[in-house]
Amino acid sequence: MAHFGPGKTASSKEQAGLRYPSNGKTIYHRPLHRTKTAELSQSSFAYLFSEMVSYAQRRVTGIQELEKRLNVQGHPIGLKLLDLLLTREPPRSQARPLTIIALLHFIKINLWTHLFGRQADRLEKSSNPDTPDEYMIVDNEPLVNAYISVPREMSQLNCAAYVAGVVEGVCDGAAFPARVTAHSVGGKEEGEMWPGKTVFLVKFQPEVLEREALFGKG
Amino acid sequence: MSYYFAIIGTQDNPLFEYEFGTSKQGGDGQARFSEQARHLNQFVLHSSLDIVEEVQWANGQLYLKVIDKFFNNYISCFMTGGNVKFLLLHQPTATAAGATRNSTSVGANPTSPQTEEALKNFFNEVYENYVKAIMSPFYKVNMEIRSPVFRQRVAAAGRKYL
Repeated sequence: MAHFGPGKTASSKEQAGLRYPSNGKTIYHRPLHRTKTAELSQSSFAYLFSEMVSYAQRRVTGIQELEKRLNVQGHPIGLKLLDLLLTREPPRSQARPLTIIALLHFIKINLWTHLFGRQADRLEKSSNPDTPDEYMIVDNEPLVNAYISVPREMSQLNCAAYVAGVVEGVCDGAAFPARVTAHSVGGKEEGEMWPGKTVFLVKFQPEVLEREALFGKG
Repeated sequence: MSYYFAIIGTQDNPLFEYEFGTSKQGGDGQARFSEQARHLNQFVLHSSLDIVEEVQWANGQLYLKVIDKFFNNYISCFMTGGNVKFLLLHQPTATAAGATRNSTSVGANPTSPQTEEALKNFFNEVYENYVKAIMSPFYKVNMEIRSPVFRQRVAAAGRKYL
């Protein structure tokens, strides 16, 4: 707190050692809005992602730890995307998600369209009465898993844990703290329509449901 | 009319602060706070965070308008999606507030629609620059924003609208 004293405000212009890019353009000179839908090459993403997975795989002892690391890599992206996608909304429909449903819709529609060029396939609420805090986002074939074949001995691994991290970041950022995990649910038999089907299980903290109940009545 | 602007992070920690005065109606853009008031401003601004937490769930808008008033200090709030608060304390000059109660100028009447619109434009411009700041891959949530370019941009938005 000390250097936040009111005397400081005027003096931070001359900061020695700060380097500017040679053309004088910083991140503040770049536009936030895309004029057309700019897409990235999927093969370069797949290459980068495979490196990220093998990086996360170093010095881990189990699959859970590996998934945790992928999750951590995605988390800050979710925090940032939340604000970016909100600024890209047209001003009239620009609103912070206030309920779980609004938040999940934002994830299913805005986040998925931005990241993968299409909406998530389904949104479900847990039918189990013991777990009213669990919601599921279903993706029939996650883009991140397109070129990943999981070895038999690691069959519980789902590299979409990275996407789960992004989703968790969005939830945490919007003040709906949650744990998000990715699970493979596609059948293994021949002729299965979606062998790579993945469920993102969103488990909200109890205080979120408490708040939801409070505001829902009022 | 003097302004004190601060960005407050998700843990109620300050990320950025800036003081300026009005540039409208011949203002020179300098804040006219006394040395004592400058310390009080920080306190007044942060004490309104409790009200922000109530208001933020009643209304999904980003711009929450004037949320708090302490004597002649008005606090306007803008919430980002990531629960970071932009708070602006505005203090109309004492004479202007008394003499021209029905004035619609931005400086004199803190709750008029014209002022609200001007503040909204100011906040939106700051928000755009804030989002650019957090887009930096080296920026983590709740880090202090030190970029001089960001400060210049906030100053420019202040000159343009307030």
